[in-house]
Amino acid sequence: MKLYCLSGHPTLPCNVLKFKSTTIMLDCGLDTTSVLHFLPLPLVHSPRLSKLPGWISKDGAVSLEKELKECAGRVFVDSLPEFCPPERELLDLSTIDVILISNYHCMMALPYITEHTGFTGTVYATEPTLQIGRLLMEELVNFMERVPKAQSATCWKNKEIQRLLPGPVKEAVEVWTWRRCYSMQEVNSALSKVQLVGYSQKVELFGAVQVTPLSSGYSLGSSNWIIQSHYEKVSYVSGSSLLTTHPQPMDQSSLKNSDVLILTGLTQIPTANPDGMLGEFCSNLAMTIRAGGNVLVPCYSSGVIYDLLECLYQFIDSANLGSTPFYFISPVANSSLEFSQIFAEWLCQNKQSKVYLPEPPFPHAELIQTNKLKHYPGIHGDFSNEFRQPCVVFTGHPSLRFGDVVHFMELWGKSSLNTVIFTEPDFSYLDALAPYQPLAMKCVYCPIDTRLNFHQVAKLLKEVQPLHVVCPEQYTQPPPTQSHRSDLMLELQPPPMPYRRCSVLGLPFRRRYERIQLLPELAKSLVPSEIKPGISVATVSAVLHTKDNKHVLQPPPKPAPVPPSKKRKRVVEEPPELVTPKPLLSGAVPLEPFLALLHKHGITEVKVEDTPDGHILHLQAEDTLIQLEEDGTHIVCDSNEPLRATLRDLVLRFLQKL
Amino acid sequence: MPEIKVTPLGAGQDVGRSCILVSIGGKNIMLDCGMHMGYNDDRRFPDFSYITQNGRLTEFLDCVIISHFHLDHCGALPYMSEMVGYDGPIYMTHPTKAICPILLEDFRKITVDKKGETNFFTSQMIKDCMKKVVPLNLHQTVQVDDELEIKAYYAGHVLGAAMVQIKVGSESVVYTGDYNMTPDRHLGAAWIDKCRPDILISESTYATTIRDSKRCRERDFLKKVHETVERGGKVLIPVFALGRAQELCILLETFWERMNLKAPIYFSTGLTEKANHYYKLFITWTNQKIRKTFVQRNMFEFKHIKAFDRSYADNPGPMVVFATPGMLHAGQSLQIFKKWAGNEKNMVIMPGYCVQGTVGHKLLSGQKKLEMEGRTTLEVKLQVEYMSFSAHADAKGIMQLIRMAEPRNVMLVHGEAKKMEFLKDKIEQEFTGISCFMPANGETTTIPTNPSVPVDISLNLLKREAAFGGPLPDPKKPRTMHGTLIMKDSSLRLVSPEQALKELDLNEHQLRFTCRVQLQDPYSDTDTLSRVYNHLKSVLKGYTVQHLPDGTVMVESIVLKVSSSAEDPNTKVVLLSWSYQDEDLGSFLSSLLRKGLPP
Repeated sequence: MKLYCLSGHPTLPCNVLKFKSTTIMLDCGLDTTSVLHFLPLPLVHSPRLSKLPGWISKDGAVSLEKELKECAGRVFVDSLPEFCPPERELLDLSTIDVILISNYHCMMALPYITEHTGFTGTVYATEPTLQIGRLLMEELVNFMERVPKAQSATCWKNKEIQRLLPGPVKEAVEVWTWRRCYSMQEVNSALSKVQLVGYSQKVELFGAVQVTPLSSGYSLGSSNWIIQSHYEKVSYVSGSSLLTTHPQPMDQSSLKNSDVLILTGLTQIPTANPDGMLGEFCSNLAMTIRAGGNVLVPCYSSGVIYDLLECLYQFIDSANLGSTPFYFISPVANSSLEFSQIFAEWLCQNKQSKVYLPEPPFPHAELIQTNKLKHYPGIHGDFSNEFRQPCVVFTGHPSLRFGDVVHFMELWGKSSLNTVIFTEPDFSYLDALAPYQPLAMKCVYCPIDTRLNFHQVAKLLKEVQPLHVVCPEQYTQPPPTQSHRSDLMLELQPPPMPYRRCSVLGLPFRRRYERIQLLPELAKSLVPSEIKPGISVATVSAVLHTKDNKHVLQPPPKPAPVPPSKKRKRVVEEPPELVTPKPLLSGAVPLEPFLALLHKHGITEVKVEDTPDGHILHLQAEDTLIQLEEDGTHIVCDSNEPLRATLRDLVLRFLQKL
Repeated sequence: MPEIKVTPLGAGQDVGRSCILVSIGGKNIMLDCGMHMGYNDDRRFPDFSYITQNGRLTEFLDCVIISHFHLDHCGALPYMSEMVGYDGPIYMTHPTKAICPILLEDFRKITVDKKGETNFFTSQMIKDCMKKVVPLNLHQTVQVDDELEIKAYYAGHVLGAAMVQIKVGSESVVYTGDYNMTPDRHLGAAWIDKCRPDILISESTYATTIRDSKRCRERDFLKKVHETVERGGKVLIPVFALGRAQELCILLETFWERMNLKAPIYFSTGLTEKANHYYKLFITWTNQKIRKTFVQRNMFEFKHIKAFDRSYADNPGPMVVFATPGMLHAGQSLQIFKKWAGNEKNMVIMPGYCVQGTVGHKLLSGQKKLEMEGRTTLEVKLQVEYMSFSAHADAKGIMQLIRMAEPRNVMLVHGEAKKMEFLKDKIEQEFTGISCFMPANGETTTIPTNPSVPVDISLNLLKREAAFGGPLPDPKKPRTMHGTLIMKDSSLRLVSPEQALKELDLNEHQLRFTCRVQLQDPYSDTDTLSRVYNHLKSVLKGYTVQHLPDGTVMVESIVLKVSSSAEDPNTKVVLLSWSYQDEDLGSFLSSLLRKGLPP
């Protein structure tokens, strides 16, 4: 059993598990942090961005004025932003049988894997994961396609040149594997390969392996996966949460008794408490509005935003924000809000019970109804007519490199009355802000990451007791910026097996058994004998049938009917079929009872001679020798075949057959 | 011999009060717990005293499963759980869990408040009963206990309707509830995988019908409504608040919009808006088209259909009214019917099945004079139309489901005996090897199952065997494999005999045979050996026969040596030695050689 690791990002994993005869990809995460090296894509022409100076090396020898721009001491690539998809060279992607998706954030690389690679397999995901994942992909494509950029910069990727570049761009890795965003056509094609599954549904793969999604508590429809045969069990834990937010709680007990537990998707901000962050978010928001400023919340269109809106729903009146407009701007804003209301089965208990009334499970329905929250597909059109300030705007993309958020950064960045509040933990906020410097606007960092922290995961692992844990190498040491915090890493016995991008791990597994079915006729014909107290054995002679990786034992075919007497003579000359070796024997033949038995069968003239290891019996009348020893019996009988057969059967009476 | 027992307490050769008991692998399951619309006495509910005479059912049942929210499938639930007494789990899907208590409350109100019956379940009992409900998601495998698992499949029919698979070990039963094999305007078609149950318990409401295409029926329906409205008549469509009503509303709504009609359409009960809201929140249970477009246009927000008020019934001019209940046995639909029945311009369209004993049933059987309560008679002048819109599978659909699931046996319930008979013949004709049953209420059907025995085989043994078979084993020459089955506690393990010896810490006992065969063969020892070799080679086709340089011949693992007799150099002695494992071959060789060598 092997694990191929195609992504180095611990929360956006992409691993391939080879288990029995199947090749299973676990998640398909797209590392988008690469876009931070690019200039933002403004929706409307930005004089500031277009006036940024091109970069020329200090000695003037290298000039990439067209491709690279300098802003506040950092260098950015002036080109359509690119993403870092999973490794494609480590194994042949066309051999992948299935892809298991754990949540909608971890499927964004799907089109890179399923399209143009010869992939012919099936993708398994829950319905919310598919629908919201589709929205997020649609949004991404929309963000990229509505601001076409002719230029595609590649020179800077040249190793010799990249070496000379300053700052973060110089350290960027794998730049040649970076790709442009996919098209909507590719998204549709990729998603047409998805087969929907429900929690606790047992899905058989080729009869060899069973996979089951379990609720992971992190987002709508998010799941962990169990991959198991009758004897081996691998748990794949990805983005999970024990906090009570909107999704169904995490199913922990089904993870018990795993041979291997693959652990990914822990919190990216282990030091921040999500509840505290939520409070800070509200108070900063209220403070800015009261001072007459605007609040910008760069966020994804699904997920934490539902919790933020619910929190604001309770907060708005008490904070006197009743008249402040809240805008949610995204090409998929409406769909995201609508979809959130129809997945009752996937929600936590108290949201579920609302549906029985029947009421929409999320209170943002009421915010929309009372006109407190308005949503728009973009800043053009209706929004520009109805836009009132001061206001609160939720919009993407949280990297601040594309999407409507770029417009608001340019619009509000110059005033210190305004505040940008970062809630998504995927991007460093300082890096995100870098191309907007210098900035007068206030910046507040309230990352809300509900995924498991190290304390919770330690408790979980203690509870479910896996034999081995596999995790990204980042989890086996404290974060680089807090190297003294030994509590911010996994400490386990035996130590976890770390992986990094391009690792191939052999998983410590020894398969010993396989499930086989004895047909009832065969089972009935077996003759068990008790060999030790409580333990019985039976010899089984049967024909093995294997179909679709399922094994069945059938009774052996009945011997051909005895041919008519005429042919009978010839039968002796036919050599026996080459099929039936006799069972092994065990036990010993005791002297006295054996002699008694011989006597009973008319063999009376027996001379017994003792030897160091046993006895030699000389059957004088028959001129036959039987050598009896503790672990063997030897019959020397020359020409009397019936006698030999009798002696054989008498000896066998004392022995057990296995 | 293991067996599965099935006993219908209701719905056996009948439609109404569905309630089927299944015993499988030592577990007892109740499938549905419905009421009968045709009765107002004890026969209204299934006879639970069949299960036990004295008291509570909890210890006799492992679980109760409700297939959908129609009262003939869940109407007796509070009576069973709260009045007879059952505290175990009750499984149903989320939409069923949401809607079922509303219909139960409605049912209770009509029975207790309007008819004044006592000794009926109370609102509190409905609430207490619903607390015992465990929601079921589609395709989720729910482990009721360590052995019993259930899984729900989409059934169409009404919002949240499910078919269930019940499984214990390798034995399984599928119960369809009510289902529909063709998608309609708001729901999708039933689907199940090839799960090969021991029994498929299928409804058979439309056992003898093969319905024409849905489109035709829809066109017919619209034409009739349109014509009546055009000539100023009133159209009454008795429906149940949830289900068919929404489908017909979608149909009329789009028709009104297309034809720009002005006649009002009303929906009678206060439930409407609430009902439509359930459809909006459970949109994932509707058909693909509605699901796909719901963000842009929610099909359950109707522009033309307004709430009905009692007084409207006397308004002049044309109108269309949807009123509950669907079988005209009580409530508003019956009231309106009484008002409109005398006018031949009006029309009543019965869009679904009507149980015997209801006004609806009488109308459909052509009665023109109806006896009403208080010994009055009502003359029926309005036109009566029947349109089969209820979403049950027809004969074709039932056959299709059988083909999908590939059961070993089929049992028909929820239908009329005569029609079942017909379908039973048809099933047994079309599917050889499938037996079909149609028990009456209280009649037990026993089906022997023949489960295979799961065993753990050591991978070494399996791989060794697979290697022998080669990449493409010859099906004509099956190879017999040998192993030792070790039975300890409840574990069954099949290992190679060698491994069994080792594991059980047993010594191996070698049994050997040695045999000297005398031959008259006037050649040198080495020549005789060659002759033996050639002889065996020619007889033992398919065996490995080797002439080794050390002056021996080997047949498989049996060694043969030749020496001359001391007295007579022409008498040769062939020494054979074999172990018990080669007994057949050894015995054969010694007999063969005793016959001498061919010249």
